[in-house]
Amino acid sequence: MIRHLPWLLTAIVGAVALWVVAVSRGESVNALWIVVAAVSCFLVAYRYYALFIARHVMALDPARPTPAIRRADGLDYVATDRTVLFGHHFAAIAGAGPLVGPVLAAQMGYLPGTLWIIAGVVLAGAVQDVMVLFISMRRDGKSLGELIRMEMGQVAGTIALVGAFMIMVIILAVLALIVVKALAESPWGMFTVAATVPLAVAMGAYTRWVRPGRIGEVSLLGLIGLLAAIVYGQSVAASPVWGPAFTFTPVQLCWILIGYGAVASVLPVWLLLAPRDYLSTFLKIGAIAALAIGIVIMAPALKMPAVTPFVNGNGPVWAGGLFPFLFITIACGAVSGFHALISSGTTPKLIASEAHAPLIGYGAMLMEAFVAIMALVGASILDPGIYFTMNSPAALIGTDPASAAAAVTAMGFPIAPDLIAQTARDVGEHTIISRAGGAPTLAVAMAEIFSHVVGGPAMKAFWYHFAILFEALFILTAVDAGTRAGRFMLQDLIALAVPSFKDGKGHAPGVIATALTVAAWGFFLYQGVTDPLGGVNTLWPVFGISNQMLAAIALMLGTAVLFRMKRARFAWVTALPTAWLLACTLTAGWLKLFSADPKVGFLAHATRFDSAATAGELLAPAKSMAQMRQIVFNDRIDAALVALFLAVVLALLVFTVRTCLAARRSPVPLAREIPLRGEAVA
Amino acid sequence: MTGPIDTLRRMARLMVGMPDYDAYLRHMADHHPGARAMSRTEFSRDRQAARYGGRNGGRCC
Repeated sequence: MIRHLPWLLTAIVGAVALWVVAVSRGESVNALWIVVAAVSCFLVAYRYYALFIARHVMALDPARPTPAIRRADGLDYVATDRTVLFGHHFAAIAGAGPLVGPVLAAQMGYLPGTLWIIAGVVLAGAVQDVMVLFISMRRDGKSLGELIRMEMGQVAGTIALVGAFMIMVIILAVLALIVVKALAESPWGMFTVAATVPLAVAMGAYTRWVRPGRIGEVSLLGLIGLLAAIVYGQSVAASPVWGPAFTFTPVQLCWILIGYGAVASVLPVWLLLAPRDYLSTFLKIGAIAALAIGIVIMAPALKMPAVTPFVNGNGPVWAGGLFPFLFITIACGAVSGFHALISSGTTPKLIASEAHAPLIGYGAMLMEAFVAIMALVGASILDPGIYFTMNSPAALIGTDPASAAAAVTAMGFPIAPDLIAQTARDVGEHTIISRAGGAPTLAVAMAEIFSHVVGGPAMKAFWYHFAILFEALFILTAVDAGTRAGRFMLQDLIALAVPSFKDGKGHAPGVIATALTVAAWGFFLYQGVTDPLGGVNTLWPVFGISNQMLAAIALMLGTAVLFRMKRARFAWVTALPTAWLLACTLTAGWLKLFSADPKVGFLAHATRFDSAATAGELLAPAKSMAQMRQIVFNDRIDAALVALFLAVVLALLVFTVRTCLAARRSPVPLAREIPLRGEAVA
Repeated sequence: MTGPIDTLRRMARLMVGMPDYDAYLRHMADHHPGARAMSRTEFSRDRQAARYGGRNGGRCC
């Protein structure tokens, strides 16, 4: 009994902190309460729920050889120390998602997001990650698509692959859009990010020819180069010649990114991708750690209300009410389907013992949820007036401080035009108005926190551009690596119909698949950039729906496997979060298609613009008939995409139910694990 | 060899997809004695190509 005492205390601390966060109204609440509440909940959940899943649901067997033992080759399959592997897995799952979603969700106040992140990760997100890791670990480290094929049949596996490819396309478009939003009209930011290209190439040459394999050394040199670029960027932005040369409109940036994506993804990896990956990975981990330390030292008060009136829908940042839209806006951080691809990627090939699965699968996801909590805290310590100025579309608030201040004050968040102008000056930007996408908002918050700890107000502009650089850097790395991954996914899919499209036969299939992948995300990026409502408004919900649907698919696989293992009495562990995710995504998908509110429903929006165009009218913000037609076309494409996602997830639901029923009828377990001794399964 | 600094160093390298070269050499010595092991440079090029070949799904959003 005595060993439970510290955990009981942790639980009490967590409950008190949650209570303070939940019931305080009117007085200012310190952000540390949220941090304490989250950390205590995560610790208790790990100690009890993760271990319950490990011991009882999965019945992990430490004596059972993992793929790293069975197929050890010193390269792909290597039994790895669990701390080392934890870092690897965390670095692979944590990206821009957990930083952006919570910032956007802050429009409803800090309370709904906090509660969803904590409950979502404990009951759904971390369960999904560890479950997929478990399933893959018992099947030679096979990938999600192969696992679904093995356990649910060929057709189900192919449908899942099509869904995964479309999700990849949307993720790449959204990530690129965030970069566009952060770098448009910002010569300082643009210069520092552009400088990373020659910097990475120099690093690549260094590791290729001068000192091969010295990752630490070259990363340190690269970091010095980065800091120099940030410092020098200020003078570049101020220069009458170079300032305008690095100032780009969103549409120009969109084409630059599409061109960059196409070129970067066919260059040799050692030249650009690998060295920049070193920089972005280490910078990401460093910035996350620094943010945690900064928040603890600064102990800022939350300025955002616990709950804003926008929980009823009609918020300016994204449309729709708390249910279901909050639960798809915060995807990564609470539960992220994309992690199923990582948990069935390299990690199961490196795990040394089944006993390590809870720490790596469940634990790393808790850590990511902590990152999401920090992003939410960051958005909530800003003046709400600044938050809504930065995140509302220009169509609503105009583009100059006076109109923005008037519009945001009218929303119920009083702010003076001077404060808007002053904040922009503080961070060294021309304007902070309508810079949706999460990254700029988070950068202002990080500048606030970091300058409090190091350097004071004079350092704000430096820290702002440091934060923008850190976000842009790993997003660009993800765009580059994601385009390559998307290309192979597409090649595999096309090869199902046209076998000669497989890898290895000449360059043409690779080039065609790369071009198609870039064109696909480029299309959505262009649509987002030219979207009168700012793009994030439209694309983020589509991304959230697709990502949560992939999570539902992974959890359905988990449920099917538990049934096939004859452990159906524990299937609620995956079935309950599946049901919740299906409820959220199917409702959200349905509303995005058929809601009569043109702000929410794509088809209603299309109809409105279509009938206006037929009548010869122009509806703001379109300025020409061509733009009117463009809006209608985009709406219909988005609607078709959401319909496709709905069809994919419903089809897999049918396969899951059939698989579970068949497993119940069978007298023996059907799950196709690698036997304890013997050959690999077919 | 297994102090906290060494663990951090190996963690940082694996974060960017570079497994332990010493572990590779041990594996080769234990299981394939006589076979030629890759040099450190060959090993890091091989692992770089494997990580970014696109087959491993890359990283998350």
